[in-house]
Amino acid sequence: MRSKQMLLALLTLFVCSSLMCPSLMFAGTVSGKVTYTGTPARQKPIDMSKEPSCAKEHATPISTETVVTGANNALDNVVVYVSSGATDEGQVPTQAITYTQKGCQYIPHVLPMHVNQEFDIVNDDQTSHNIHPLPKVNTEWNKSQPPGTAPIKEKYDKPEFIEVKCNIHPWMHGWFVVLKTSHYDVSTGGGDFKLPNLPPGKYTITAWHEKYGAQTADVAISGNETKDVNFTFKATAY
Amino acid sequence: MNSLKPMRCIRAILFATIPGSAILGSAIVGLVFAAGLTARAFAQEAPEVGPLRPLVVKPMESHIGNITGHAADAKDDYRRYCAGCHGNYGDANGENAIWLDPKPRDFTIATFKCRSTPTGTLPTDEDIYNAIGRGFVNSNMPIWNVFTKQERADLVAYIKIFSPRWEKEKAGDPIKIPAEPPVTLESISHGKALFTKLECWKCHGPAGQGDGPSASTLTDSKDNPIRPYNFAAGGNDSRFKCGNTNQDIYKIFMTGVDGTPMPSFADVIQPNDAWDLVHFLRTLQVNRHGKENEVLMAAHGVIPPYVDKTPAPAAAPADNKSPGGGQ
Repeated sequence: MRSKQMLLALLTLFVCSSLMCPSLMFAGTVSGKVTYTGTPARQKPIDMSKEPSCAKEHATPISTETVVTGANNALDNVVVYVSSGATDEGQVPTQAITYTQKGCQYIPHVLPMHVNQEFDIVNDDQTSHNIHPLPKVNTEWNKSQPPGTAPIKEKYDKPEFIEVKCNIHPWMHGWFVVLKTSHYDVSTGGGDFKLPNLPPGKYTITAWHEKYGAQTADVAISGNETKDVNFTFKATAY
Repeated sequence: MNSLKPMRCIRAILFATIPGSAILGSAIVGLVFAAGLTARAFAQEAPEVGPLRPLVVKPMESHIGNITGHAADAKDDYRRYCAGCHGNYGDANGENAIWLDPKPRDFTIATFKCRSTPTGTLPTDEDIYNAIGRGFVNSNMPIWNVFTKQERADLVAYIKIFSPRWEKEKAGDPIKIPAEPPVTLESISHGKALFTKLECWKCHGPAGQGDGPSASTLTDSKDNPIRPYNFAAGGNDSRFKCGNTNQDIYKIFMTGVDGTPMPSFADVIQPNDAWDLVHFLRTLQVNRHGKENEVLMAAHGVIPPYVDKTPAPAAAPADNKSPGGGQ
């Protein structure tokens, strides 16, 4: 009876450590905040009067999202990712990611993904959109998606920062960020980001903003710890 | 470049007239040369002539029917007839390119407008062969009927040297086009309903005159302004960018015009519905004498509103398979 219990405990430990519980094993985390100094570019309200079905989705007109800021100089929509040091590059995450067109706006504005990770493009609007990403390295395509049609499933096979446009609604603007790593996050809701599950090692963390460019920071993880890394971008008004 | 030639003469004269004093000679030459360089630095840069970078003509081939094109054989034709706009390196930077609108194709990115293959895929050899022979209406690309079939096939092979995509990828599978059903008033009416539902009018305008609400904002993938096609312009012989047959129109919207705002509708239009759209688009070409306009004239120019009837018994099983189809 006792040996049986011990065997069970051992088995649990083995399974947990080897396969099931990577978060217990690699508890290293890099987290922090993205902020800006200076005056960020003023965002203009979008006139959607040419598309009434979208205009009525917004009680007050939404603004462009080139620079999205929060309280205490927080900078949102910054992609923070492990640009070197990760040992698990090439392991394509299986979780589904979705890029939604709602109210003639892309949600999220910036969609990070792993190379070859499949993602869905969904049209939640009562109007037709055309999804026209503009890659330079990957293959360019351009697809129409009228309301009520099935999600478009796509993936990119090379790392690249790709601008996304809808030609019918010229104000619509977003990004696909195709990365070699699955350790990525986007600063949202106050500039916060978090990169969990990092095994011990030395990493380079890159933060990229569509207007203010990229910054890097080096960080070493030595076990179950959380390292603070903060990025400060110099904002310009134009 | 031209300023070098007189300088060479001066150097030659100097050396010839003062043979004894080589040191003095070279000092003077140095001065003259330095002066020449300074003058050049202020002068306007001359346009690139001839390949300054080495250009490797890879042994690419094309296959059109029983003709095999070879890149090496098109070298002279390309330099003589194509490079002026498309550039020696196929990068759309020929010396005429800055004056052109729309811009010449950039072969280094291998994105092509007129294809029989799905959006994002390479065109077939025939697609490019036909594009060369057909020219591009409303652009500076003429009809290249001066070339023999063999010369055109060689040029198709030649433009493949500019992008590595041609070595890594195969051409896409051409889309399947079912036989064209007869033109009827009902087909035109259904096409009109699709034109409205798919919001073609957002760019092409309600009457296809290229004046939709988004028309003025359109740019191509290189950020140059671009116009949506105006169906109503032109006479009986007006052509589309990618051909002038009904099959060509079918292909244009089912494959998309890559590199431009025109998307592919392959995933959202059923093959038979697509023919109805073709028939309606023909009626937007108001000056064209064709079957579609004859049918419309017989109905006194009025397109009745489309009524979604129960599909005919023969078509029913196919329609049941695909929800959303046959609307």
